[in-house]
Amino acid sequence: MSSYDVAIIGAGISGSAIARELSKYELNTVVIEAEDDVASGTTKANTAIVHAGYDAVPGSWKARMNLVGSRMYEMLCADLDVPYHRTGTLVVALERDQAPLLEELRERGEVNGVEGLELLDKGRLLEMEPNINPEALGALYASTGAYTCPWEMSIALMENAVENGTELLLGEKVLDIEEEGGHFGLVLKDRTIRSKYVVNAAGLSADKVASMVGDPGFRIAPRRGEYWLFDKNTEGLVTRPVFTAPTPLSKGVVITPTADGNIMAGPNAENIDDPSDVSTTQQGLDKVWNDAVKLVPSLPRRSAITNFAGLRAAASPQADFVIGPMQGHFGFFNTAGIESPGLTAAPAIAAALTGMLKDAGLALEKKRSWKPKRKGLVHFAGLSRQEQDRLVMEDHRYGHVICRCETVTEAEIIEALRRPVPCRTMDGLKRRTRLGAGRCQSGFCSPRALGIVARELGVTVDSISKNGDGSFYVTGLLDGAEGGGLDD
Amino acid sequence: MTELIADVVVIGAGPAGLAAAIKAKQEGAARVMVLERDRELGGILQQCIHNGFGLHLFGTELTGPEYAFRFIDEALKEGVEFMLDTMVLEIGADRTIIALNENRGMFRIGAGAVVLAMGCRERNRGAVTIPGTRPAGVFTAGAAQRLVNMEGYMPGKKVVILGSGDIGLIMARRMTWEGAKVEAVLEILPFPSGLTRNLVQCLNDQGIPLHLGNTVVKVHGLRRVEGVTAAKVDEKLRPIPGTEWFIPCDTLLLSIGLIPENELSRMAGVRIDPVTGGPVVTDDMETSVKGIFACGNVVHVHDLVDNVTMESRIAGEGAAKAATGRIARGGSVNTLAGENIRYVVPHRLGLKNSSERDTTLYMRVVKPVEKVRVEVVSEGRLLHSKSERVLKPAEMLVLKLPKGKLEGLGDGKEVEFRINAD
Amino acid sequence: MADVKELTCIVCPIGCRLRATVEGDEITIEGNTCARGKKYGLDELCSPVRMLTSTVKVDGGFLPRLPVRTRGPIPKGRIEDVLLSLKVVKVEAPVIMGQVILEDAAGTGVEVIASRPMDRI
Repeated sequence: MSSYDVAIIGAGISGSAIARELSKYELNTVVIEAEDDVASGTTKANTAIVHAGYDAVPGSWKARMNLVGSRMYEMLCADLDVPYHRTGTLVVALERDQAPLLEELRERGEVNGVEGLELLDKGRLLEMEPNINPEALGALYASTGAYTCPWEMSIALMENAVENGTELLLGEKVLDIEEEGGHFGLVLKDRTIRSKYVVNAAGLSADKVASMVGDPGFRIAPRRGEYWLFDKNTEGLVTRPVFTAPTPLSKGVVITPTADGNIMAGPNAENIDDPSDVSTTQQGLDKVWNDAVKLVPSLPRRSAITNFAGLRAAASPQADFVIGPMQGHFGFFNTAGIESPGLTAAPAIAAALTGMLKDAGLALEKKRSWKPKRKGLVHFAGLSRQEQDRLVMEDHRYGHVICRCETVTEAEIIEALRRPVPCRTMDGLKRRTRLGAGRCQSGFCSPRALGIVARELGVTVDSISKNGDGSFYVTGLLDGAEGGGLDD
Repeated sequence: MTELIADVVVIGAGPAGLAAAIKAKQEGAARVMVLERDRELGGILQQCIHNGFGLHLFGTELTGPEYAFRFIDEALKEGVEFMLDTMVLEIGADRTIIALNENRGMFRIGAGAVVLAMGCRERNRGAVTIPGTRPAGVFTAGAAQRLVNMEGYMPGKKVVILGSGDIGLIMARRMTWEGAKVEAVLEILPFPSGLTRNLVQCLNDQGIPLHLGNTVVKVHGLRRVEGVTAAKVDEKLRPIPGTEWFIPCDTLLLSIGLIPENELSRMAGVRIDPVTGGPVVTDDMETSVKGIFACGNVVHVHDLVDNVTMESRIAGEGAAKAATGRIARGGSVNTLAGENIRYVVPHRLGLKNSSERDTTLYMRVVKPVEKVRVEVVSEGRLLHSKSERVLKPAEMLVLKLPKGKLEGLGDGKEVEFRINAD
Repeated sequence: MADVKELTCIVCPIGCRLRATVEGDEITIEGNTCARGKKYGLDELCSPVRMLTSTVKVDGGFLPRLPVRTRGPIPKGRIEDVLLSLKVVKVEAPVIMGQVILEDAAGTGVEVIASRPMDRI
C-alpha cells in the first residue's frame, strides 16, 4: 500500500496551490483528482479576477486571505509564467441608489487593509473606460486589482508541484475514507492509499468528502454563474475588470478583458441543488446580457462566441471560507467553501494551511533542490514575428498551424501532451494551448487535432474525450472500416 | 525570413481560389501562387462527396471532388504554383503577405495583386446562443461531414439537426446512409433554408421529419449529448413557453449559416459590407484596397459553386490586369439593395466595363415571393427588368445586366435593385 | 379505389406541390405548372431513381476513405442494397478518378466508380 505524509483531495486552484506550497518541503505528497485534468471544476469557469479585497466582511477568512493572496500574486505569476495584468478594477455606479455603496466599499476596503482605493467622478471614469455607459455617475477604482488566467494558474501550480516531486493521480475518485490509528485510508476504485494527513480541497464535493470522516459542520450550496465570451475583435472594449455596483435587486455583472484577449461578461448568481449542473439558461444569459449592456451599451451581440456556466462552491451556513482542522478528526483539514475571492486567496490559503499542518505536527524540512520557477508553454501566436521565425527554424512543427483562429501549431499541441501534468482531454488541450477556443470553436481544427493526439498518445480516436469519462468525440469508425485515418 | 515575389497571390485553394488562379494565369500573370492552409487542394469541395455540382457550367452533375479536380488539373497544367499546409498570418495594404509552413518556415511575398479566396466558416453554437450544457457531440454540419467523408468516423448514432441549410440536409441523408438515426431537422424560420431538391431527396426520401418554426432551447448531457429540448417559436423567433418537447439523441448537428472569413481582409484594411460580411467589391471583384481582389464565399455566401467559379474568374482576370498595370479604374456607380432585397454584389459597377461587357449581379431576397419583376432603377428611370416566377432566400438571384444599360449615368450615382409585383 | 400521393417537384426552384392520383393503370398529376413537372411526377411515381454517393475503405491512401458514386441513377428502392454491398468493399491506393470500384452494384447493372483520385502514401 502506498503511504504518504499528505494527501490532497482535489486539484482545483486550492489543491494546486497547497500542493505547490507543500512541495517546498521534504514530504511525500499525493494529489487525488476525480476528473481527468486539473482545474476541471470551479477553477475553469470564473471571472479570473485578482480582487483588491474591499468586498469581504472585515475579519472574515475571505477578507484576510484575499488581502494576503492579492499581494502574493504578482510574484507568483512571474515565477510560474502565468499571465497577470495589474490594470486595477472599477466598480461603477449607474444609478443614484448605487452611489453611496461606492463610499461604503471604499471604507470597508480600508478596514480590510486594501491600499490604492480611490473614488472617481464620471469624467475620470470615462477617460479611463470610454465605452462605459455615459450615464454612469462615478466609480470606485482599486489600483491593486488585476486579472489572470485561473486554469493556467492552477496548471502552473500543479506542474511546479509535480516537478518538485508531488505525485498527481488524475481520474481517481476518493470513494471512502477510513480513519485508522493516526492514519487515513483513502479508498480508490482499485486500491487504498494511506496518508498521515489529509487536506480536503474537493470544491463542490468538499462536504461529501468531509462527511466520509465525520460531521463536516458545513454544506456546499452550489451557486451558478453564467457568462458570455466575446470574439477577440472586441479587444479594448474595456481595458480592466469593470463591475456594476450591486443594488438590492441585482448583484450586477463584471465586464472584463481575459488574459487571452477576449472580453467576458458575467456572472449572474443562482442557487441550485445539483453540484454538477453547469448548464446555461436562457433567463440567466438574458439577465447577464441586460445588465452588461447597461454597463457597456456598445457590447456587440454578434461577437459572442460562446457562453458557459460555472458553479461557486459556497459554504453554508458560514458564508465564509472553511479553513482548518476538522474537530475530532486529527490530521484531517478542510479548505472548503472557496468561492470568490478564492482564486485570489488560494496562495494565502496554501500558506495558512501549511502552517496549520505544521502546528499539527507535520515536519517541514525545506527541500534544498526545490525549484520555484516554472516555464509555461510556448504560445506561438503571442510571439513577435522574429521569435516565431526562430522557433520554426528550430522545430519545423511550429510551422504547421492546426487551429486557424488562434494560430496554434502542432508543436504546441505536442508540448501540451508532454508536460509534467499530462493533458489527456481535448478541453485540457484547449485550456493549455487555446486550440479550438477561437471564433470557429473548433469546427475546422478538431479533426486534425484529434489525429495528432491519437498519434502522440498511441490511442484510437474514438477513445479521446472532450472532458473525461464518456465524453467521446466520435462513436467509432464507419461500418466496414478497420483502421482510422486521422493521423496527420 | 525568405522573400518571394509573385504577380498574383491567391489565398485559398477552394473553388474560388482555383478559378481565380487559372484565369489570372491565362490573362497574362507570369507567376501565380496559391497559398492553402489545408493539406490538399480543392477546399470544402473535397468533403462534399454528393453530386449536384457543375450543372450550370458543365451541364452535368458532378460530385464535389470531381468538380474540384477539373480545376486542380487545369491549374497544374497552366503552371499555377501551390503551397499546401501554409498559413497566411498577415496581409498588408501594400500587398505584402507573411505566411508560414513547415518547409519554408516564415516567409514574405511581395504580390503585384492579391486575391482573397478564404471562403467561409460555419456559424456555431455560440453565435446563436443555445443554452444548456456543453458536452461532446455538438458539431457543425460541415465538421461532421469532414469526419464522416474524409476521416471515416461516425460522429454519433442518434442525431438531431438544427437548421435546414443544405449542408445539414446533405448530412441528414449521409448519416442515415451510414446507419445513424436522424430524429428530426428543426428550422427556426417558417420556411426551409435549403434547396428543394435536398429537402426531397435528403429528408423526404429517408422519412426524416422537418419541423419548421422550431428551435433547440436546451442541450442536455454532462459528458456527451443526451438529448435536446426543442420548442416552437413565435413570429419574432422567440421560443413559446409551454411548447417544449424533448428529443433523446447523442449528437446535435448545426446547420445554421455561414460567415465569410475576413480576418485577413480586415488586417489589410479592406472595407467590409456588414450585410454580406464580406468585402465591398467592384465589378472587377476589386476590394476597397487597390490591387486586392476577393471572390467566392469570402465575399458573400453562395449556394451554387458554379456561381463561385464564374465570379472568381472575374477576380482572377482583374488581378492579372492589376498586376500587369492594365486595369481600368474609371467612373463607377454604386448598387443599392431596394425593396425585398437583402444585398447586391458587386457593390460598384465601372461605367467603362458596363459599356463593354454584360455584368452579372448576385442578390438574395429577404422573403420568398412569386411572380415578380426584378427592376434596376436609377434616378427614377427603369434601366432594366426581368420577370421571375419564384424567388427564395435560399436560392441566389442571378441577374445579367446587358452591356450598355448604364449608359448616360454619371460617376457616383446610385443604381437600385428592387422586387416589384409582376 | 384511387391512391393519392403528395410530391414536391424538384425540377426548378418553384417546388410545386404535386398531387398524383393512381387509379388502376391510370395516373394523373395535378398541381404542376409546366410539362416538365408532369414528367417528374410520373417518373417519381412509376420508376423513381437516384444517384448514390458514398465512400469505401481504401488502404495505403492519402485518406482512409475513397468517395464513390454510381455512374448513373439507380432505382430508389435499391439504394440500401448498394450501400450494403459497398460496406464490404476495400480498395488499394493508388486509385484514379473514374476507376470502377463495383462493376454491377447489387445487380442494378450500374457501375460504382471512384469520384476522386487517391494517391498512395
